[in-house]
Amino acid sequence: MTTTADTGRGGGPARGHDHDPAPGAPRSLVSRLLGRQPLGILFALPYAVYLAAIFAYPLGLAVYISFHDYFFAAPRARVSRPFVGLQNYADAIADPDVRQAFRNVLVFLVINVPITVVLALLLAVALNTVVQARTFFRVAYYVPYVTASVAVVAVWLFLFSGDGLVSRLLGPLAPDPPWLVNESLALPVIAVFVAWKQLGFFILLYLAALQNVPKELYESASVDGAGRWRSFLAVTVPGVRPATALVVILATITGANLFTEPYLLTNGGGPDGASSSPVLVMYQKGIEQGNPDIASAIGVILVILVLVISLINRRLLERD
Amino acid sequence: MTSRTRTTVGATLTVALAATLAACGSGDDGGGADAEAALTAKGPITIWLSNNPDEVAWGKAMVEKWNAAHSDQKVTAQEIPAGKSSEEVIGAAITAGNAPCLVYNTSPAAVPQFQKQGGLVPLDDFSDGKAYVEARSGKTAEQYTSSDGKLYQMPWKSNPVMIFYNKTLLAKAGVDADNPPLKTYDEFLATSRKIVQSKAAQAAIWPAPTSEFFQSWFDFYPLYAAETGGKQLVEDGKATFTDAAGTSVADFWATMYKEKLAPAEKYTADSFADGKAAMAIVGPWAVAVYGDKVKWGVVPVPTSTGKSAAETYTFSDAKNVGLYSACENQGTAWEVLKFSTSKEQDGDLLDRTGQMPLRTDLASAYPDYFAKKPEYKTFADQASRTVEVPNVPNSVEIWQDFRDQYTASVISGKGNPADALKTAAASIDKLAGQQ
Repeated sequence: MTTTADTGRGGGPARGHDHDPAPGAPRSLVSRLLGRQPLGILFALPYAVYLAAIFAYPLGLAVYISFHDYFFAAPRARVSRPFVGLQNYADAIADPDVRQAFRNVLVFLVINVPITVVLALLLAVALNTVVQARTFFRVAYYVPYVTASVAVVAVWLFLFSGDGLVSRLLGPLAPDPPWLVNESLALPVIAVFVAWKQLGFFILLYLAALQNVPKELYESASVDGAGRWRSFLAVTVPGVRPATALVVILATITGANLFTEPYLLTNGGGPDGASSSPVLVMYQKGIEQGNPDIASAIGVILVILVLVISLINRRLLERD
Repeated sequence: MTSRTRTTVGATLTVALAATLAACGSGDDGGGADAEAALTAKGPITIWLSNNPDEVAWGKAMVEKWNAAHSDQKVTAQEIPAGKSSEEVIGAAITAGNAPCLVYNTSPAAVPQFQKQGGLVPLDDFSDGKAYVEARSGKTAEQYTSSDGKLYQMPWKSNPVMIFYNKTLLAKAGVDADNPPLKTYDEFLATSRKIVQSKAAQAAIWPAPTSEFFQSWFDFYPLYAAETGGKQLVEDGKATFTDAAGTSVADFWATMYKEKLAPAEKYTADSFADGKAAMAIVGPWAVAVYGDKVKWGVVPVPTSTGKSAAETYTFSDAKNVGLYSACENQGTAWEVLKFSTSKEQDGDLLDRTGQMPLRTDLASAYPDYFAKKPEYKTFADQASRTVEVPNVPNSVEIWQDFRDQYTASVISGKGNPADALKTAAASIDKLAGQQ
């Protein structure tokens, strides 16, 4: 690390490392390979190994598998896994189930992300102003997030099944077929469920962001005659913009990885695939049906789509 | 992202990708000589049993007997590790190279996939392999022969599915509970309407209406087997179900769902035990499960013309035994497999679990058992007329494609069932033709 602080040794700005070569002077091979602080590499190494083993290696393997006629085999089995170019991608894209799963996840994101952002922000602002029982409310919103989906899904099944609480309360107004086997309603119910479940985490992000909005801005707005709503729009919303960008990107990434909820709530993406997701189809193709090559192609397509959407989100939300 | 971070991430990915490619590209010598030696090798082995408590008890007793007589070839038994399904656990174990020697819960639908993975040892490789299987199971064994003509599974036991009905609920609905009219589709529909309209039960019958690939084994397939006199879903590499028999079965179920005699929403517990459904499609395991709780009766699955019980086929719901290639002492594994499927052990299995060993002489081999437990006699008789899932490549994908079309047209009522069956058949013909 270098510093521009004046140490008083000589006239010009001092360098933090006595042995650093002057600008333009040739650096040793070791220095070029390991940098000026080789010890830093030692500290970073465990995480780099973790990153390589847990993320980079599987990603690389998935890319490799997606370009081959690949299936899982016994270690000593003589099997042929020829290179097939983009065939797996073509097969994946040609599969109507895969296309439907991608359409579903886009619809899911369109419903889920705005609900998540709006509710998380409003609730965070509300919680920020609560004086009594603040901890209780924060914990109450956070509990669903830390509870396993498998457990809370049972509650939603109780609420939204054909003879569940919601349908009973609605009486003749209840949809037929019921919520979770209704082609138009199954996915929105899942989107709302996921928004509800994750809200606690996003509220925490917003609560942290709200601490960084200068109080003076609210005072100025108040002096200018702005009411609560006007202050919220003019001060709070722009003030938490970085948090909003983070919430949108995280909600998009977790939404694109949707699996547990359609798997458990709608019994594997029903009815008729109306709530299936790309990850669910990957599981069916790769694990159940023994086609990891097509599953990997779907995974790579999903990664690319999520990257593109996240980049667009960043461009839109992080610009000044 | 700074340029340095970008470089670091890029380098990490490159290294990982290179390592991956190197690992994946490495050749494989197959170990042919080792495989030959393993076939006759004797020594300790490990086996997996299903999680059914009765089967576990049978397995432990069987292993105890074997171990008492073979101290140098000790068998260690354990329940199949927990997972979403046994097939996924076994598939993962094959890939990892740590599959046990024998799995007493191998689904016939998964065998083509395990075979393709190189995970199974063909029983024909043992000098007396084929002869033993044919002597025990007779013609039934033909259904388990793979496309290369070899047997990669020991036909073990079946659970021929039939219609169980709740006599109390049928009587409540005004139906003759001792001789219910359930033989033809028309009779079945009329009885179902009476049950639902009288509110004796919420549903006449409640098969799982969900999209899992295996669910068709418990709604469409038993009735299709009965309607066709024992046809499989795929024969000679072609889908069979686009004929009049397939369409009539699909139309029957479509009517059941359309009239809400069978609900389109899954029941999360046991609808028959809870009295929510008056009937269920079940195997002989149901006798022990519902025996004292429900006043039950049993009949074969219906057909359009009302075939007699003696002519009616159904789905076998069999579970077989696979001998896995990761096994080092396959000679012992084969001997244990023969021991565990002997007349004595089959009798013990029948006694403990009520499941039907796949033997040609089932009823005559255990006359005392069936005399003592006549409620199982009906299932034993049905066991001689069962249809297995087709032993073809891409079996699971084939069933998934079928189920997708079935749930859309028959359960959700989207489009014509006959057209949906044709769409499924076109896709299945392609899949069955692949290797």
